[in-house]
Amino acid sequence: MSYQINGTTVEHDEEGYIQELDKWSEQLAEVIAADENIEMTDEHWEVVNFLRDYYEEYQIAPAVRVLIKAIKKSMGKDKGNNKYLYTLFPYGPAKQACKIAGLPKPTGCV
Amino acid sequence: MLHTVNKSPFEKTTFDSCLNHARPGDAILLIEDGVYAAVKGTAVAERVAALNGDLSIYALGPDLSARGIKDTSLIERISVVDYGGFVDLVAEHDVSQAWL
Amino acid sequence: MSAEENGAGAEDQKKFLYVNRRAPYGTIYALESLEVVLIGAAFDQDVSLAFFDDGVFQIIKGQDTAGIGMKNFSPTYRALGDYEVTKLYVEKESLEERGLTADDLMEITYEDEDDDWAEKSSVQLVSRAELSEIMAAQDVILSF
Repeated sequence: MSYQINGTTVEHDEEGYIQELDKWSEQLAEVIAADENIEMTDEHWEVVNFLRDYYEEYQIAPAVRVLIKAIKKSMGKDKGNNKYLYTLFPYGPAKQACKIAGLPKPTGCV
Repeated sequence: MLHTVNKSPFEKTTFDSCLNHARPGDAILLIEDGVYAAVKGTAVAERVAALNGDLSIYALGPDLSARGIKDTSLIERISVVDYGGFVDLVAEHDVSQAWL
Repeated sequence: MSAEENGAGAEDQKKFLYVNRRAPYGTIYALESLEVVLIGAAFDQDVSLAFFDDGVFQIIKGQDTAGIGMKNFSPTYRALGDYEVTKLYVEKESLEERGLTADDLMEITYEDEDDDWAEKSSVQLVSRAELSEIMAAQDVILSF
């Protein structure tokens, strides 16, 4: 199972998470998002980039409640809430946004 | 003879057993959790410092770095080697014993 | 924070202690423990972590695993505060036996909701005797 991008192939698991994190690019993010029926807007990118920064610093993809709390702290409560994030990523902000961000499945997501 | 030790000296008796059996002229290479034996000021450091001078003791650099151990924390007589140095040590000795 | 304040009733909230006694990369125990802590943090219990024996090596600063081809998971301990895991007990005697001091430990902090989100250290140095008392006061001990 793989994503096709500019004639190259990036492997992913049965749920769509890429296997090698360093294969990620913004272009690949667009491809994964399209696969999820999501059209990337600035608001989507804001969350995806936030997740990538979080992973860079802590080496984990945060659980959804942790993500919401962290976004609330850095971007305010208009964005740090369930409704806003589920509007952007209907199948779960942590799971779907992590997939697009090229990260593993969130740790501590029950 | 080359001895390799890969267990923490604080958790297993592996390192002690190796020291009890090493002979003058032998080399000991500390790898993986064995590198914790290379740090000065610990409960096992005295034993290392008191060893016969004919024993050469090495520690694998990448395993030290992974565990946050700086070169300045090492017991003086310990030399740091990289993976190439590991291979050289194996090649220089007729027999290798891996203390597990 | 009291049990009432963080949502669970006092009667259904249990004290969980994760015991960490292994060095980080030689075996899988340390990483497994950390993952269980992060997953278990969803259950709103009174969670604390104990680091003693070789477990103190898990939270040493300056770890760099580039040379051994393994993931450096030490930065993840700094995310524990986000998961509301804010009590990390480190045994003094274990540090001393290994030639270590508190200065060798990573800075692991949390923001205290009850104190205007002041940033506080999650790490508490305890003696062997104190740690024994802490263990005796638990409902559940998970050992790694």
